[in-house]
Amino acid sequence: MPALDVQQLTKTYKGGFQALKGIDLTVEEGDFFALLGPNGAGKSTFIGILASLVNKTGGIVRVFGEDQDRTPELVKSFIGLVPQEFNFNLFLPVVEVVVNQAGYYGIPRREAKVRAERYLKQLDLWDRRDTEMRKLSGGLKRRLMIARALVHEPRLLILDEPTAGVDIEIRRSMWTFLRELNAGGTTIILTTHYLEEAESLCRNIAIINHGEIAERTSVASLLNRLNTETFVLNLKGRLSELPQLGGFVLQNLDDCTLEVEMSREHTVNGLFEALSRNGIEVISLRNKQNRLERLFLEMVDRRAGAGWSSSDPADAPDAAREVIA
Amino acid sequence: MSRQGVGWYRHWISFQTIFVKEILRFTRIWVQTILPSVITTTLYFVIFGRLIGDRIGTMGGLDYLDFIVPGLVLMGVITNAYSNVVSSFYSSKFSRYIEELLVSPAPNWVILAGYVAGGAARGLVVGLAVMLVAMIFTEIRIHSVAVTLLVITMTAVLFALGGFINAIYANSFDDISIVPTFVLTPLTYLGGVFYSIELLPGFWQGVSLANPVLYMVNAFRYGLQGVSDIPVGIAFGIIAIFILVLGVFSLHLLRRGVGIKT
Ligand SMILES: Nc1ncnc2c1ncn2[C@@H]1O[C@H](COP(=O)(O)OP(=O)(O)O)[C@@H](O)[C@H]1O
Ligand SMILES: [Mg+2]
Repeated sequence: MPALDVQQLTKTYKGGFQALKGIDLTVEEGDFFALLGPNGAGKSTFIGILASLVNKTGGIVRVFGEDQDRTPELVKSFIGLVPQEFNFNLFLPVVEVVVNQAGYYGIPRREAKVRAERYLKQLDLWDRRDTEMRKLSGGLKRRLMIARALVHEPRLLILDEPTAGVDIEIRRSMWTFLRELNAGGTTIILTTHYLEEAESLCRNIAIINHGEIAERTSVASLLNRLNTETFVLNLKGRLSELPQLGGFVLQNLDDCTLEVEMSREHTVNGLFEALSRNGIEVISLRNKQNRLERLFLEMVDRRAGAGWSSSDPADAPDAAREVIA
Repeated sequence: MSRQGVGWYRHWISFQTIFVKEILRFTRIWVQTILPSVITTTLYFVIFGRLIGDRIGTMGGLDYLDFIVPGLVLMGVITNAYSNVVSSFYSSKFSRYIEELLVSPAPNWVILAGYVAGGAARGLVVGLAVMLVAMIFTEIRIHSVAVTLLVITMTAVLFALGGFINAIYANSFDDISIVPTFVLTPLTYLGGVFYSIELLPGFWQGVSLANPVLYMVNAFRYGLQGVSDIPVGIAFGIIAIFILVLGVFSLHLLRRGVGIKT
């Protein structure tokens, strides 16, 4: 039974904007799953529907086999949510935030306190337990959202951009924590901007763009595809048969056009040496961008526009590497 | 539904958590929540009860000071039950920590009950405080404890529900003070707190009967002093109907997610 099974999920906001256009997605139990997509792709909308914060327009959501519309309380008890934006009562002390959340889930106060202590300790917040929320830094608040989401021991933990705005050290420690949690059997779904984060943490991935799933695959195969580059070569003279070049995947589009796929470990110099050795002369070449790469470029362009990254569009391809690598 | 308990017990814990959280909130900031009403009503007792009241003499068969005690107590209950829920629930929307409840399995009626009970509790605490202040100025003898407690509790619940609905629709902090200023205050002042409606000309007596606060004040006055402009049974019936209507409407708003879900 999958941890999450979503069919034909749609969301049209008041005013008519269609944020989700029929999402189908399955996440297996025990998976560590990334939902990757640019700003405005619909990630938070999707997460919001799973967590009952956003009313869906259509479709079915099943969590561990339970239909959200039929057994909402059960579905809610399966899920722990770490939202994108802080949502705290800033006038409460840290420990009360966690104890109250346990109480909402129906956990008696004595047990709630035991669990609050356990999770605050695990997230290095126990020393700050009596601090008022408004005096907590952003990084600590993010960690507290994780402790709060775990206090009812959910089988599925959903994190919406958990490391946004968090410094590198806290980010690393959060990663370690999440890995251990997943190893302990909790299914985890996280949304992120950063391929690096998905690469470092997740096994499987879906890429969402404009409210649609553009790709659903394993992280390994995605990286593999992002690591290859494709060139289209126009040849001088006709090619009678396809040569065998070690490390390069060749395909002839017609007699004088050759498509070469190479991983980034190889160089273009190497390619031309090999071609020369086989007596193949090249008149011109162009780089063929694959669909995924275009998608990532788009992500970066948008962020450049939003002032997150370089504002010079000419820098976009390099910035893309940064996101991808 | 393993370790988290089953059904009713789980709901009871959720309710308790919200209720206790609400009580801690208003007791923690008691200077803003409890004290103002106590000071205001003390001034009413001094000025209207003692200074002016001595010249008025009797009203509805009672000393004027004694006559205004029930109304002033109820005014404290109404204002505080209402404003506790409206500000607490609106803050939870504004700072988004309402989401803590929305993601949890606590059903809507438990959420509503928790907030309403919290607001009613503040109303009753203030009511008690005002009553204690009144005892400095006059002797309080309770005619019927049952009627007194029932009226004051039902009134607190009713206005807590009103505050809840206000909070659901509110989009700014201004929106949560409009109703108290333009609706609640006039209703209470015109609800027979300071005068017996017998003083009014026939037409205005009729208009006053459309004011629900009038029934509460009179039922409460009956509970304390055994005197009322209106039959107590009718008063209870009317309060109960209002509670039912506002309660059902609140649940409907929660189910639709009005003001809290997109
Ligand atoms: N409450 C809302 N009303 C109208 N449009 C919204 C609302 N929330 C989000 N949107 C729009 O829906 C799209 C998806 O938003 P969101 O799910 O937050 O994307 P992401 O989390 O991937 O950045 C965006 O274009 C956003 O402007
Ligand atoms: Mg988002």
